[in-house]
Amino acid sequence: MEVGQMQRAWVEYTRSLFREGFLDAQFQQLQLLQDESNPDFVAEVVSLFFEDSERLLADLTFVLEQQNIDFKKVDAHVHQFKGSSSSIGAQRVKNDCIAFRNFCEEQNIEGCLRCLQQVKQDYYLVKSKLEALIRLEQQIVAAGGSIPMEELSS
Amino acid sequence: MAITGDSRSQFHVLAVDDSLIDRKLIERLLKTSSYQVTTVDSGSKALKFLGFQEDEQSNTDTPFGSPNNHQEVEVNLIITDYCMPGMTGYDLLKKVKESSSLRNIPVVIMSSENVPSRITRCLEEGAEEFFLKPVRLSDLNRLKPHMMKTKIKNQKQEDDQEELKISEIQSDEQQQPVQPPSPQPQPESQPQPQPPPPALLLQHNNNKRKAMEEGLSPDRTRPRYNGIPTMV
Repeated sequence: MEVGQMQRAWVEYTRSLFREGFLDAQFQQLQLLQDESNPDFVAEVVSLFFEDSERLLADLTFVLEQQNIDFKKVDAHVHQFKGSSSSIGAQRVKNDCIAFRNFCEEQNIEGCLRCLQQVKQDYYLVKSKLEALIRLEQQIVAAGGSIPMEELSS
Repeated sequence: MAITGDSRSQFHVLAVDDSLIDRKLIERLLKTSSYQVTTVDSGSKALKFLGFQEDEQSNTDTPFGSPNNHQEVEVNLIITDYCMPGMTGYDLLKKVKESSSLRNIPVVIMSSENVPSRITRCLEEGAEEFFLKPVRLSDLNRLKPHMMKTKIKNQKQEDDQEELKISEIQSDEQQQPVQPPSPQPQPESQPQPQPPPPALLLQHNNNKRKAMEEGLSPDRTRPRYNGIPTMV
């Protein structure tokens, strides 16, 4: 693919992620903070989000497998997950966390387990989307192009 | 160093957050707005960085900035997360406001939860602002006026103690953690690169202001800076 084509693909793909609710305006804030002096800012924050999320998902799975579930612990993990997903703009994951916390407050085990499945599914989905987006950005830059941020607003 | 102009790059912000992602984010936001930034992951590390001593609280008679407990590094503003394990942002705020040498530093609290009683509590304890997370570039416009206030106060205070200060100022500059020491720091010569963000990103979250107003109790009579010697 030539650069112009990749740039168009990037705009189209980014727009679709917003349109389908995978990402929200907070992700645009991250993109805005990336510039020549920090060309990898989004990729760095996103990879921190992956590490954080996978640790939290493992912890949540473990806590919810116990005989006596410590709902305080569950809530603390979900609270953190909600914070990190909202900081990077992973909207679906964030919304799952909000529902999750409600079930946690009710100490509803069934509800919590359902939410865990949902949040896992949405996390891995947005992860693959973000990875694809970043790969595309790297290809554009490697081909000597720039990320056409301004096209997103038009 | 407070004597040379008021360029933004001179302002030094201490950002406190236990989440690495959020530290990255706030650091980038502040640097994009041309502030110097130091980040730490806990309230106790923040106090350590500020040179806080527990027994200071009893010295309420000591004038702010007395040579004994002068800050090691000048900090113009503290921005801290509310919800942290161990010392919360609220605990940190209280420590700062109870300390004779630190209470002039403006404190801003960030929280992902919009809890009116929490907001009120922080503002009553002397926080300057309450930001809902995630913090956006447009929120940072509200920081500067608070830093200008401190600058003026610090300058006055430096006029009072000119003689004493000269040696300290020099040693301060050697300890700046964010900027490598340069022989002739001339921060006012730097332009302030802050292009206005594109309109679509400017959507300000009106809930914040609203939440703050709702959270303010009408009988808020407690002065924010009780006990500070007047510097005017």
